[in-house]
Amino acid sequence: MHWALGLVGAVAGAVVLAAGPAPQEPAPTPPPQQPSEIAVVISGDPGTPPRYAVPDFVAMNPEAAEIAKSIAQVLWNDLAYEREFYMIPRDTYATVPAARTADQIAFPAWSELGADAVAFGSVQRTGATVRIEFRLFNVRTRQSVFSKEYTGTDANPRLYAHTIADEIHQQQRALRGVARTKLTFSSDRNRERIVGGVQDRDVKEIYISDYDGANVRRITTNRQLNLTPVWSPDARAIAYTSYRRGYPDLFVALIYQGVQQEPTKGGTQNWLPMFSPDGTRIVFTSSRDGNPELYIVNRDGSGLRRVTNHPAIDTTPTWSPTGTQIAFTSDRAGQPQIYIVGADGLNLRRLTTAESYADRPTWSPAPFNEIAFAARTGPGYDIKVYDLAGGVTRQITFGEGSNESPAYAPNGRHLAFTSTRSGRTQVFTIGRDGRGARQVTRDGSNYTPAWSN
Amino acid sequence: MVELMVKRLLLLILIASIWTAAGCARRQPPVAGPAAPPPGPPPAAAPAPPPRPAERVEEALPVPAEPLAEDEIARRTLDELNRDSPFKPVFFGLDSAELDEAGRSIVTANAGLLKKYPAWVITIEGHCDERGTAEYNLALGERRAAAVRTYLVSLGLAPDRIRIVSYGKEFPFDPGHTDAAWAKNRRAHFVITSK
Repeated sequence: MHWALGLVGAVAGAVVLAAGPAPQEPAPTPPPQQPSEIAVVISGDPGTPPRYAVPDFVAMNPEAAEIAKSIAQVLWNDLAYEREFYMIPRDTYATVPAARTADQIAFPAWSELGADAVAFGSVQRTGATVRIEFRLFNVRTRQSVFSKEYTGTDANPRLYAHTIADEIHQQQRALRGVARTKLTFSSDRNRERIVGGVQDRDVKEIYISDYDGANVRRITTNRQLNLTPVWSPDARAIAYTSYRRGYPDLFVALIYQGVQQEPTKGGTQNWLPMFSPDGTRIVFTSSRDGNPELYIVNRDGSGLRRVTNHPAIDTTPTWSPTGTQIAFTSDRAGQPQIYIVGADGLNLRRLTTAESYADRPTWSPAPFNEIAFAARTGPGYDIKVYDLAGGVTRQITFGEGSNESPAYAPNGRHLAFTSTRSGRTQVFTIGRDGRGARQVTRDGSNYTPAWSN
Repeated sequence: MVELMVKRLLLLILIASIWTAAGCARRQPPVAGPAAPPPGPPPAAAPAPPPRPAERVEEALPVPAEPLAEDEIARRTLDELNRDSPFKPVFFGLDSAELDEAGRSIVTANAGLLKKYPAWVITIEGHCDERGTAEYNLALGERRAAAVRTYLVSLGLAPDRIRIVSYGKEFPFDPGHTDAAWAKNRRAHFVITSK
């Protein structure tokens, strides 16, 4: 929902800017160079990314001071995350005189610092209402290329920075940013023990957070084992595996309504749900017929259908972006390997042949056409990616701890995964090129992340 | 009596808060409010943007769906029994759900105990060590528990007395990261669920 809002906003921004001196193409494609036009897209020196500076926002009243300072850093982080811009470190801005208004921006000083683009934001806070005015300036032309106002509550000031970052990525790079996306994961961070167990066992509950790990919220409160959460495509529901009845079963939490659904209710063991790309169906593993196999069920519990039929284990399904194929794990050849099968159960083929053990396939969104998975690479696991077009596998992590449970960001440029590299199992994100690993969780142990649209 | 009243009060508060939250969510306008002029004079360096409505930025808060789990006091005596279990666990090889000879003899001994107490219903928990992945281990633990159940049934026990559940690698018996710890964690654990 935020995404749709942001897209409309970014387009509106470009349109209004185009209402300046001359008509203009929509962002981000630079128009043909004509002397009378304002270039909306800020470029860097040839062959280098544009250099961005994001100084503190201006507090229009004392109550806004804290927000003004904090969200500039959030915006800087968000813009750095996609690695489309060179972000000039914020601790080097001391030489540039601070501007109270946009006409005070010290363009020569920013130019001296090497900035191609400079952000200017102001924050006003009246009670719980926040109003933010934001502009992005081309340092060379001193023209504003992006200008917009935002208002809302002070409940989560970071969301303003995330919104601005997504809109800048959209306008400047035609890129769908992930700053307003969220993660969900399973965690033992509340340090509770399951009541009435046969031994001391940790409760694991489902949590969500922003993509950067901030703004953590607990979704389940049943004090049992809750695992493998995944987002519905509209990011308003989370399907997960819960042992609240003493055995694994699927639950769907409509997280903004406080409503819970049980698409597979009825005494059978079901786990590892994954929503179809259109959100209408769920593929999952079940031992209802005596052996772990894949099944598809409509979200309302109707239309149950078996996909695989083999005496070995078939598990850990994921949909192709078109919803016509399913990648999964099977040990029918001995050890767990990745396979692909049509959603109709036909056209089975094995994908991984060079791994000793592979699990948790996760299919990238378009335009990429690849499947990430966890592969045994020694005592532990590393994240690898199989390129379906080229048939080649590349490695994303390289033995820093054990790395499991990959999940793609909605723009396909990042993966969330778990790693033991910093001690306990934690959620990290990393670029699809293996660069830019960031630790997202730090509290307790955290497992099986999934990334919202 | 007092406890009941407190429970009812809590329930009322819960319902009221959910109702209030739902009401607030409904009352929020979908997008922006009316346009407001930007504060301060328009800057001179840039082309003055025409007035535009400020875009509303907001997000909904998740509401937990479930009530807290109630205490399972009724099972306490079973818990005591299970904490000092008369059943021995069955151990497995790496990545394997096959019962070896030692495993079969343990299952046979456990079967004798089940025949001695014919009212007991058990759940066999399948567990794995941390060297498998979290996802595949959920299925492997299932296979381990199922292998034990199959053998118990072959020894003459009624299938309806034996439930199985897999916990994958979620509940290691030994939290260590050594061969000895892993060997203890690849197990089928017998739990008495009614007697």
